[in-house]
Amino acid sequence: MNQVIEKKELTNMLLNSPELLPAVQSLTMLNREGLAAFAAAGIPTHKHEEWKYTPVESLHPLNYAASNIPQSPYSGTLPNASSGLRIVLRNGYFDNRLSSPNLASAGIKIHSLAATHKSEAEIGSLIDMHEEPFVALNCALCRDGVVITIEKSADPSTLIEIIHLSDAGTGKQMHSPRIFVKAEKGSEASISESFISAGGNETCWTNAVCEIVIEENAKVNFVKMQLESEGSVLTDFTKAVQASNSTFDIVTVTLDGKLVRNNLHIRHNGTNCTSHLYGLFVADGEQLIDNHTLVDHAMPNCFSNELYKGIVGGKATGVFNGKIFVRKDAQKTNAYQSNKTILLTDEAQMNAKPQLEIYADDVKCTHGATTGQLDEEALFYLRARGIGENTARTLLNIAFAQDVLNNISDGAMRENLTLLVNQKLSDANG
Amino acid sequence: MLTIKNLQARVEDKEILKGLSLTINDGEVHAIMGPNGSGKSTLASVLAGRDAYEVTGGSVAFNGDDLLDMSPEDRARKGLFLAFQYPVEIPGVSNANFLKTAVNEVRKSKGLQPLDSKDFLIMMKEKMKLVEMDKQMTTRSVNEGFSGGEKKRNEIFQMAMLEPAFAVLDETDSGLDIDALRIVANGVNALRDGKRSFLVITHYQRLLDYIVPDFVHVLFNGKIVKSGTKELALELEEKGYDWIKAEAAV
Repeated sequence: MNQVIEKKELTNMLLNSPELLPAVQSLTMLNREGLAAFAAAGIPTHKHEEWKYTPVESLHPLNYAASNIPQSPYSGTLPNASSGLRIVLRNGYFDNRLSSPNLASAGIKIHSLAATHKSEAEIGSLIDMHEEPFVALNCALCRDGVVITIEKSADPSTLIEIIHLSDAGTGKQMHSPRIFVKAEKGSEASISESFISAGGNETCWTNAVCEIVIEENAKVNFVKMQLESEGSVLTDFTKAVQASNSTFDIVTVTLDGKLVRNNLHIRHNGTNCTSHLYGLFVADGEQLIDNHTLVDHAMPNCFSNELYKGIVGGKATGVFNGKIFVRKDAQKTNAYQSNKTILLTDEAQMNAKPQLEIYADDVKCTHGATTGQLDEEALFYLRARGIGENTARTLLNIAFAQDVLNNISDGAMRENLTLLVNQKLSDANG
Repeated sequence: MLTIKNLQARVEDKEILKGLSLTINDGEVHAIMGPNGSGKSTLASVLAGRDAYEVTGGSVAFNGDDLLDMSPEDRARKGLFLAFQYPVEIPGVSNANFLKTAVNEVRKSKGLQPLDSKDFLIMMKEKMKLVEMDKQMTTRSVNEGFSGGEKKRNEIFQMAMLEPAFAVLDETDSGLDIDALRIVANGVNALRDGKRSFLVITHYQRLLDYIVPDFVHVLFNGKIVKSGTKELALELEEKGYDWIKAEAAV
């Protein structure tokens, strides 16, 4: 089904940046395995069920050069620093000039992936790269990233802020950052991950993979912000594996990028796990924003709740595919899913596909998907009070988005994102 | 204030207003009564500028401006207010935020500076008293989960905040118990200042015991078929509409 790319071509691509290979000894096995897996799988075509609405054939990796370590210091600006720990991955490489000068904090260990020799066995252990071509591609090309270990003694109010900065000008580079997080037993952590571009003219492809291990009684709060330039491509694969009595809450907000494909997979490997998955995307122009989620309930007495909302304008396309998998042993599962989309124009498109696969007999699962227009009655009501049509539309759209944004517990982050959503919606409404 | 001449309007293919004329002067309170389907709510919707209604003839002048030529927001900015028969629930937009936006857009259209948060709160507190409104209603989403009475009180509260020149009350009494009716009517009466005009649309004479009109009109089959003073409302209450229909048929 997939285009098979000549292994030789791929090897050549990898060797385009030969100076990198020897530098990262610990990753050579992962790189080789990834290369082989990707060469075998190739780029998925629209005939592939998981890629039906998201055409990636045109994103041939050969059109992109593997990222290099940026030589010159970064001259642009970054978002205001929080009081927490900041890790900047520039073009996929750990940048210690942009990261917090002191990344040591009680109970939190942060290392660049390239400097970590012992973790290779764990990196890649959560996801089967043979099933996911872009994960394989990341394995093949990743040279750096970050490994974070959170111990029980860590202060949960310390925000761990990961920034993916694309900084290659108009060059077509592929960044392959890799994140590995382990929240140890009884620990609690708050993590944000944002994807940004150095300038509006960036045309890179970020192909990121994030693995999160959540041990017993641990709690991870995660916010993902996708704010790259309008010519950027972002493919992201995030997988969280939860042990008993753990909690994983994630909010994914996607505003910018030409094509964004998110895969968010959560697996409950223990009992009494809790997961909240929230997503918001605002698309306009010719953007394509695709969220694929999977909640894999493998053990009894677990809970998951999912709410994804989208606002699609212009000629943009939204895709939502939410799968809930309840295995035979996962009795007393409570799993909820809801996907709501507003289409702002006649040319905007939404493809929503909720999927429930249930093999246990004592479970509560619901799902719902609605796609519609802005409530015309509400719009008239606002206008009848003197509020201009564009302002009224923005007000209603923001209210729609608020359901998701309200789940961001960090006040500054929530306000900042609300502002960005507001700006984008105001622009979309003229 | 408002001059309606030979107004004709339809919804889809159905003619509803068939030549309605009415003049309302500054400070006057007019009541419109009439049986179901006579066109009362259509009149309210056409005046406020609701999309689904197509005006096919006639004119409406509002303080010298062509009302029908304006967008709903411009009508509101020029001082027209419609108290909705069915106020819309808007989840996620707080009452206070909604009103602040509305008040400031109206102020902006008049070349006034926007109210800052402090002045706005002072104004809100003062107007809330008029309709005996609970403080927490301002932080809740617009009309969401409000009882029928709360929704109608919220309409009058909005009216008090926006201080319109002319207000249309579309069956504001429907769904109200006697206490809520009294509160709503008191709110309206407090806003009668001799300059502000009202058009009160109602099914029942009951409301007019509280909001005493200067004139009463009977709308039937898309036209005003009878006009009088408040005694006409009492007569209608007593005799029903059949005699009006009979008179109109002649």
